[in-house]
Amino acid sequence: MSTADAHEMTCKELVELVTDYLENALPPAARTRFDEHLAACPFCTTYVEQMRQTVKALGSLPEASIPPAALDALLGHFRKWR
Amino acid sequence: MTTPIVNNDIAVDEARLLTALRERDEAAFVSLVRRYHGPLLRLAMVYAGSRSVAEEIVQETWLGVLQGIDRFEGRASFKTWLFRILVNRAKTRSERESRTVPFSALAASETAGDEPAVSPDRFLGADHPDWPNHWCAPPTDWGASPDQLLLSKEARERIGGVIAGLPPAQRQVITLRDIEGWSAEEVCNALDVSETNQRVLLHRARSRVRGALEHYFGRE
Repeated sequence: MSTADAHEMTCKELVELVTDYLENALPPAARTRFDEHLAACPFCTTYVEQMRQTVKALGSLPEASIPPAALDALLGHFRKWR
Repeated sequence: MTTPIVNNDIAVDEARLLTALRERDEAAFVSLVRRYHGPLLRLAMVYAGSRSVAEEIVQETWLGVLQGIDRFEGRASFKTWLFRILVNRAKTRSERESRTVPFSALAASETAGDEPAVSPDRFLGADHPDWPNHWCAPPTDWGASPDQLLLSKEARERIGGVIAGLPPAQRQVITLRDIEGWSAEEVCNALDVSETNQRVLLHRARSRVRGALEHYFGRE
């Protein structure tokens, strides 16, 4: 076995490919190398999990509510329109 | 006696609100305004350079609704119709204000060059004998689920601040994709950006937000 397999993915490479991986945009060979690295690297597993958590957290942000002044202005228009 | 409204009755409820709006019912108008304010404001932020301009676009959108509601036939859903009004208003406005930088120019400058997802000093050197380019300061488990992460108002404000501070094209892509839940294809069409650039912008934006959350939730 050679000491540094040229095809083995490094952690530094992996963090740049996470989005392609999550979007299913990695070519099959790269996806395999990504999965092989993950299987052996708990740190990158945590990293990928944090990226997933980030996406989910963004999806659960609460809605902004309308400022009272803006609602009043709209009601003014509504009453003229009515 | 009225029937309580449950989630899957939203479409029925909306049809009822639209009928009431056509009959000039003020309460129905207020319900619709409240229901859609958040999504409209975020969509407006995609086109506007500032929150105040975005709020003006949302206001103009509702005026468009009032002008058009009697002609709205319900072939498209109300939401689709509403968002289309907003996009048209936003585009008319940005054509008027010639200083607006086109998205393609923003995307080109924000996808150029290197922007590491993680600071290079968190990895061992490329010349390390055993573990070249592997973590030397690895991420540690946050030990919380995403909704727990955002339980506190402070955390939500923090993440809102991070999004607001992103370069504009990154902000637009992550807002539509991850906050609004649009598909990659929808975002590419709306912003007229290639799939590859959409993904690069999304990657850079998500990496920055993850970094900010890591900083906030404590790395060490």
